[in-house]
Amino acid sequence: MVQLTDVTKYYGRKRALGPVSFEIDRGDTVGFLGLNGVGKTTLLRILACGLRPSSGSVTIDGLDVLRDPHEVRKRVGYLPELPPVYGDMPVSDYLTFVGLLKGMSREQVARRVPEVEEYARISEVRDMPTRTLSQGYRQRVGVAQAIIHEPDLLVLDEPTHDLDPVQIMEMRGMIRALKDRHTILISSHILPEISETCDRLLILNDGEIVASGSEAELSERLMMSRRMAVTVRAGGGAAQAPEAVIAAVEGVTRVERAGAAGRGDGDGADADPATYRVEGAADLRAAVCRALVEAGHDVIALNRAERELERVFVGLVGGAKS
Amino acid sequence: MNLRATGIIFRRELQTYVRSPMGYIVAAVVLLLDGVFFYATALGPEAGERLSGLVLAGFFYNASGLTAVAAVALSIRLIAEERQTGTQLLLDTSPVRDWEIVLGKFLSALAFLSAITVATLYIPLLILVNGKIAVGHILIGYLGLILLGSAVLSIGVFATSLTRHQLVAAAIAAVITGVMFLFWELSQIVGSPLSRVFAAFAIHGRHFAGFLSGLLHLRDVVYYLAVTYFFLFAATKVMEAKRWE
Repeated sequence: MVQLTDVTKYYGRKRALGPVSFEIDRGDTVGFLGLNGVGKTTLLRILACGLRPSSGSVTIDGLDVLRDPHEVRKRVGYLPELPPVYGDMPVSDYLTFVGLLKGMSREQVARRVPEVEEYARISEVRDMPTRTLSQGYRQRVGVAQAIIHEPDLLVLDEPTHDLDPVQIMEMRGMIRALKDRHTILISSHILPEISETCDRLLILNDGEIVASGSEAELSERLMMSRRMAVTVRAGGGAAQAPEAVIAAVEGVTRVERAGAAGRGDGDGADADPATYRVEGAADLRAAVCRALVEAGHDVIALNRAERELERVFVGLVGGAKS
Repeated sequence: MNLRATGIIFRRELQTYVRSPMGYIVAAVVLLLDGVFFYATALGPEAGERLSGLVLAGFFYNASGLTAVAAVALSIRLIAEERQTGTQLLLDTSPVRDWEIVLGKFLSALAFLSAITVATLYIPLLILVNGKIAVGHILIGYLGLILLGSAVLSIGVFATSLTRHQLVAAAIAAVITGVMFLFWELSQIVGSPLSRVFAAFAIHGRHFAGFLSGLLHLRDVVYYLAVTYFFLFAATKVMEAKRWE
């Protein structure tokens, strides 16, 4: 669906992007992750056919963006960081304008506008000028204008920009619902947004892609150890304390007690649950769980350590800088 | 040539003039000043006795200056505002050609300016009722105002394509238009052949004189159309250069 080969972008002598090369298959949802100013917006604007690369080639759906820009533009929906809305236009008029601009017929637009209004949940503000809308509504109008012409490729630049937590959750829900119909590219520096909505991540640093893969693949490839948190209620008749049982599992490199709600030290009667942080060379969740149960302890919860992706991300960016 | 996108942009821009206070402010100021100047020069105690043809020429002379100022005021937001608010990205990433954008915006401003100009028709009609003037004189005078307005609007469109700041666009448009007005004065000062060159390029003076007195010269019509084409072409080239950058 999308193919970039040795793409660079220079502003004067300053390199903003590249060289970058990658392919994205139809139907994928790909996240571009990076700190501010690393070239995410430049890359997305090139893909949206709004910026010419200094070198390299970009094809979308088999079409070269420089040779057939208008054909490419018909196939791409783009939401910039700030939604491109006209303050004086009521929402419906604005969406009608965008639909016509994208090459739809009046009949198609008349059918499609109520659909996208309902989808983006902006029907209740359809007659209001966009300048009177909250940031959350504006962002939804921005998504509505990006999908109105049913593009194959959807490019969303920081779609949760300036939204409150509730609006962020709603936006994530909208993006997840769009995954069945579009190939989606999202940029963000907000890690959970990327990890929760994307199948694959491309991590950008200083204009270059420093890593790509799913969150699990990146974590596997780039971290020497895997972390998890296991919450255990020590069994009264168990011969060994949970900490010792976990430490004995093959592959475990470190066990650290995170704290307990009560007196659970595992050496007497049934104790309150205690949480242990475990590091290992691989994903040892099944082995740890089995060993604890066989030793007579109850496993209350077993999770991968929180903020795993942040650790990967910081490691990557830090590693690239050093 | 497909004008579909031009029509879509034309309608949107025209709606903006109608929805925004700016359009009404420009219209109100132009109509007020046209009326005041007409009262002062034709109806007031200082007016004196004059042939009605001269009164009409005086009206068109004053209206031409106001039309030029209104053209600059109406045009400066057309592209600079899109860049300022980020909506230019929508146009840049849509399957629309730059000349379609430029033409749509220009035609919307021309339509609004023409509507303001035509709203002054009561003044020539007053002269027609109370004096002796030809209807052709009125029509040619209005044609001249619209052609002059078209030329200055195209200068404004070019200026607004250069920058995201409307004040800068206004300054650029005012300087270009002012210099082209001054060409006529310069042609009176310098000797031949430079005087002929200045006179040929002057946006007022020689090229507008015929319209003031009800004389239609093809040369003058071609001049205003050529200026309009040149600056719209230049604006399109600026848009093309900036679209990908």
